[in-house]
Amino acid sequence: MSQVLNAIFAPGFFASDPVRAGLVVGAVVALVTGAVGVFTVIRGQAFAGHALGEVGSAGGSLAFLSGTNPLWGYMGIAVVAAGLMEVLGVHRPRARDVATGLVLGAGLGFAALFLYLDTTSSSTTGVTVTILFGSLFTISQPMLPSIVVLSTIALVVIASCYRMLLLSSLSPELAAVRGVPVRAVAIAYLVIMAVAVSLAAETIGTILATALLVGPPATALRLTKRPGGAMAVAGLIGVAAVWIGIVLAYDSFYWPPVDHGWPVSFFVVAMVFVFYLGAGMVAALGRARRDRRVGTLLAMGESGCEPHVDADAA
Amino acid sequence: MFSGFMVNTWIAATMVAVIAGVVGFFVVLRGSAFAAHAIPHGSFGGAAGAVLIGANTILGLGIFAVGGALGIGWLSRRGRHDVATALALVLMLGLGALFLSFSVEYAAAVYSLLFGEVLGVPGDDLLPMAGLGVACILAVAVLYRPLLLTSITPEVAEARGVRPGRIETGFLLVVALATTMTVPVVGVLLMFSLMIGPAATARSFTHSPLRAIALSVAIALAIVWFGIAVAYLTNYPVGFFVGTLGAVSYACARVWMAWRSRAVGASPGLGNSRPDLTAPLSPAAPPGR
Repeated sequence: MSQVLNAIFAPGFFASDPVRAGLVVGAVVALVTGAVGVFTVIRGQAFAGHALGEVGSAGGSLAFLSGTNPLWGYMGIAVVAAGLMEVLGVHRPRARDVATGLVLGAGLGFAALFLYLDTTSSSTTGVTVTILFGSLFTISQPMLPSIVVLSTIALVVIASCYRMLLLSSLSPELAAVRGVPVRAVAIAYLVIMAVAVSLAAETIGTILATALLVGPPATALRLTKRPGGAMAVAGLIGVAAVWIGIVLAYDSFYWPPVDHGWPVSFFVVAMVFVFYLGAGMVAALGRARRDRRVGTLLAMGESGCEPHVDADAA
Repeated sequence: MFSGFMVNTWIAATMVAVIAGVVGFFVVLRGSAFAAHAIPHGSFGGAAGAVLIGANTILGLGIFAVGGALGIGWLSRRGRHDVATALALVLMLGLGALFLSFSVEYAAAVYSLLFGEVLGVPGDDLLPMAGLGVACILAVAVLYRPLLLTSITPEVAEARGVRPGRIETGFLLVVALATTMTVPVVGVLLMFSLMIGPAATARSFTHSPLRAIALSVAIALAIVWFGIAVAYLTNYPVGFFVGTLGAVSYACARVWMAWRSRAVGASPGLGNSRPDLTAPLSPAAPPGR
């Protein structure tokens, strides 16, 4: 038994401080992005979500330049970017794409400038890679309380306007008729998404922020159609992906090339992708079984020239 | 600024701007800004892989760009388009992070790949760039009618037997081509900005496709030339100027149009005829695209 455990969790796994911080912060961030991301997928705002995370890196590099806490840099810029997207017309379905793209382009332009100034002012050349790619293993412990508090706020806001948000996401017209302030809900959601994504981008990197915001929710929505259930499933899938990724990254120190760990981002993204494809297969199997049942019913009731029956026989 | 090695840069940048202006028009028209961002950004992973095994960077970029375009097309057949794009992007970037962690190549090279390098155009690259650029323009010319048709009136296109899925994949491949040739100059992160800013600005001024393409190319040229000149003089990254100027030009267009429509609206008789300039030519997009 202990040999099996040792094979899965390489020695020293649970004693390592970065690993423990990574497990906790990764789980918190995965739960928040999972819950927020279900609406991102339903509303078709994956681009905006990704853009907010990337634009946040401009804030991160600015904070590095000025020596303030990077989390506030990420979050400040992301919220400003969300406001700009709204002004440029993110609420109109087809202008949304261009508005998001323009804000993202400008944000990345500033990121280029700040990163350039970072590298010239401090001569730490690795800052580009750190800010743009991030790593779960470099989380600073003192940040834990603010991460947990911000996550809780995001979850509480989502929960408290859940019904309005759901209605205005599924059918804006119906929501407007029912008296839901659709525009205000959209702005509030954009800000919450900015908070959740920048939290994730600062702690685990922009790649994983996008992966966790879109992957697990899309996976969950393939498995269940109920948004509330999908939020829980997405959270669980996200936590599973992060934890498996951390275990594999830790184990990879013993893989070739020797004494060189593989990046945790790679493993988490790979897990997210595997879950997504797996859920697609499960959903396809479920559909096939339903079709077969319908086909049998049709064959019993009717004379049997329905296309369903043919499909079943094939 | 125009001596020796800089001549290559000016030639390369001019080609980049022309391609970005032409392809960008369709990117804006079709609302595929996310794919136009994801394909170059994701192809960064290919460049990192090429550096790792000592192959040509452009080859690595090209393989990942084409793979990304096909992957987005394949994933979005079963699932939402933006979800498929996001997943393809993070997968490619995850691979990029893996390659990057193995290679000894250091941060300066990564930075110039991400944000562009004015002085980094070797003369040997100009010929392949020109070849890819011509291929790009030819592909757009061949796809011109079906692209316009599927973007503006999808129903008519379908009735005429145009397969929207195939056109979409073909278009993504054009974006991949454009990406491969242009990335080494402007950088993977800012390439898409050069596609969107000028084209969106141009579309605010005219609804005629050919005129919009010409205007978009002109604006892209102005932005790139200005960006390179200032980057050369100040040493700041060219990506900063390209990224922000795209947004600035669009903002100027919006302000100018708002001012003009108010002037028109004030005169009697023309009051309510103001068109929504940011709206696309098509009345509505099919949901889930």
